[in-house]
Amino acid sequence: MSAATSGYYIPHEAKWPIVGSIGLFLFFYGFGMFLNDQTGGGTVTLIGAAIVVVMIFGWFGLVIKESEAGTYNSQVDTSFRMSMMWFIFSEVMFFAAFFGALFYARTFSGPWLGGDGAGGAAATNAVLWSGHDYVWPSDGPAQLGGDYQAMGWFGLPLINTLLLLTSGVTCTIAHHAIKDGNHKKMVRWLAATVALGTIFVGLQALEYYEAYAHLNLKLTSGIYGSTFFMLTGFHGFHVTMGAIMLAVVMFRGMKKHFSAENHFAFEAAAWYWHFVDVVWLGLFIFVYLL
Amino acid sequence: MSTAEAHHDDHDHHGPAPGFKRWLYTTNHKDIGTMYLLFSLIMFFVGGAMALVIRAELWTPGLQIVDPMFFNSMTTMHAIVMIFGVVMPAFVGLANWMIPMMLGAPDMALPRLNNWSFWIMPFAFTVMLSTLFMDSGGPAGGWTMYPPLTLQMGDSFAFVVFAIHFLGISSVMGSINIVATIFNMRAPGMTMMKMPLFVWTWLITAYLLIATIPVFAGAVTMLLTDRYFGTSFFSAAGGGDPVMYQHIFWFFGHPEVYILILPAFGIISSIIPTFARKPLFGYDSMVYATASIAFLSFIVWAHHMFTTGMPLAAELFFMFSTMMISVPTGVKVFNWVATMWRGSMTFETPMLFAVGFVVMFTIGGLSGLMLAITPADIQYHDTYFVVAHFHYVLVPGAIFSLMAATYYWMPKWTGNMYDEKLGKIHFWVSTIFVNLLFFPMHFVGLAGMPRRIPDYSLQFADWNAIASIGAFGFGFAQLIFVWVIIKCYRGGEKATDQVWEGADGLEWTVASPAPYHTFETAPEIK
Repeated sequence: MSAATSGYYIPHEAKWPIVGSIGLFLFFYGFGMFLNDQTGGGTVTLIGAAIVVVMIFGWFGLVIKESEAGTYNSQVDTSFRMSMMWFIFSEVMFFAAFFGALFYARTFSGPWLGGDGAGGAAATNAVLWSGHDYVWPSDGPAQLGGDYQAMGWFGLPLINTLLLLTSGVTCTIAHHAIKDGNHKKMVRWLAATVALGTIFVGLQALEYYEAYAHLNLKLTSGIYGSTFFMLTGFHGFHVTMGAIMLAVVMFRGMKKHFSAENHFAFEAAAWYWHFVDVVWLGLFIFVYLL
Repeated sequence: MSTAEAHHDDHDHHGPAPGFKRWLYTTNHKDIGTMYLLFSLIMFFVGGAMALVIRAELWTPGLQIVDPMFFNSMTTMHAIVMIFGVVMPAFVGLANWMIPMMLGAPDMALPRLNNWSFWIMPFAFTVMLSTLFMDSGGPAGGWTMYPPLTLQMGDSFAFVVFAIHFLGISSVMGSINIVATIFNMRAPGMTMMKMPLFVWTWLITAYLLIATIPVFAGAVTMLLTDRYFGTSFFSAAGGGDPVMYQHIFWFFGHPEVYILILPAFGIISSIIPTFARKPLFGYDSMVYATASIAFLSFIVWAHHMFTTGMPLAAELFFMFSTMMISVPTGVKVFNWVATMWRGSMTFETPMLFAVGFVVMFTIGGLSGLMLAITPADIQYHDTYFVVAHFHYVLVPGAIFSLMAATYYWMPKWTGNMYDEKLGKIHFWVSTIFVNLLFFPMHFVGLAGMPRRIPDYSLQFADWNAIASIGAFGFGFAQLIFVWVIIKCYRGGEKATDQVWEGADGLEWTVASPAPYHTFETAPEIK
């Protein structure tokens, strides 16, 4: 049945999924070659990534066209909403793995290396790591990466926290604007949100430069460097993705794609943005403050 | 084709596209389900061939056929293929075929995403299996990929990690699709507590996947950076801990075990009432038991790690939480038996596999209970007893449920009845050989034979020879299965719409074979 009679739109065939599979295949295979120093690895990775980007443009373009044609009813909209929600939940669990590593290292394995705790911890410390006294931040008993300074919370991280929190507010103002049907206002506040996100990423890059150039804090600086760069790095990647999503929504807003009732793309990007915001608060507390 | 109906959007209404494009571009849940099922059937023989290499090497003590390194990559790859390439895609294939029909939905909620979830699988397994042909050989550190051993792997390591990421994308998208379908696509009147148990078990399984696959992705990402970028997550010298990997891995790994069995529970709960001609005993308690098992699966992971030197409090907690799982599982087994109690039972092939499942899965469950006891596990750990345990729950468990499902729904898929006599032969040959294969592993395991070693002490020789006979018998018995499927696809006695006398549910109200599009208008559910 067509959308008009039974309601749920079953999309027609599309080539984008298979294009995406080929793109990801080349990307992963190329990256594997690259990591093993095989010739051509970098090129294959880039070709794969380019195909994925083309796929994203093509697939989203198709969906936007269908949406603009009024093909989707409210039930389709609900499917999209649920999917975005559970996708964000899966992202939360992805971050949980890295937060879990941080907590485990700080609460359990770190003190055990220093000889604390029941069982064999004291003996392990005495025999294997004699003289190692555990204090966080730690680069381990072998002091991998040499002397370094931990990243303080004051300064760039605090500024970044304020930037992201403000961007949450501007994003919400934009949301209220579109709910009132005010396109211009929505675009303006979205522009501010994207700008704040971009500055955040820029300052994060500056912070990494500071860490490498002046603090001797590197990815290789033991468990502290590993967790610091892994958590902030993946978060920064997600902020970049979120900013791109919001920018796309902003351009679509300029083309008046949204209405007061119908603006799922905006909401999906906004949910994502709030998600990276909340993850950052977790990072600020557990990576920088404590 | 609907071209005659000009007012319709001609895209969303037509039959299958001609030629190979139908399979590449399809958005139809039945096409995608078929592809998933065929893919997993092919991979079943790939993984099975690897198992036969293992059993051929273990036929007698000593090293005879393969290099130990290759033996290790066979044990590793056999597990990866069977878990990610056979059982998971087969269940997703069944979900695709059956869930929309069981709910009275026109299709899955996100049909294009559905296509992508499938079409990642062949590409991801190309990455995975290609490692076997690399100079360094395939992954050989076990499918659990514990550091530091796994970090000493050759070039193939990066490819294995990326293949897992790739498969993870497929699993998460597939699960999100299933969740959205179940919550959003039910026909009017199909309340949650009216859904068939296969739908319920898949809903809960989908949550297990969404919650744990990303954790697995994170764990292997940390392995990757430890290997190639100099991080120290799993290196004590840098303040990390190799055991931390095990914690993160099993936080995924244990729910994964239930991902491999919960849909099987749903299948068995569909089949037994049909052939006992009685409604399922204790439907509500089945739902709650499934949810309880899923919840408990998140707080038992460290029972895989009793020998790593955890604090005593942790050993006790994980021992008791693990034992608690036997309560909801017991509820299920009790309900299946109670459903059969005083039923008018007949034993067509699906029922044979289902009853076989109940008996043999329970054997695997009981040996699991033995393994849950920490002091006992310290003896059993990494022996063939563990191998016997998880193969009992996975082969005459998960795999038997898949065969039961195939026989049960195949008339609906093809429109023809399968060959009942061949089906019964398949069941009995499989059942005899599978027990010959795995039961002796309990004995050699309790006597101390370690797993994942290509050679063994002379005292284990007899039982290993018997297990190898069982393995080859079971392996070749599956050719009967393939023959039954081909024969049924080609023709046979025409199936009625209801197919089975006692069958109940929306999927049995549509024609056999099920038309390309079903429930374009939602049915009324009273």
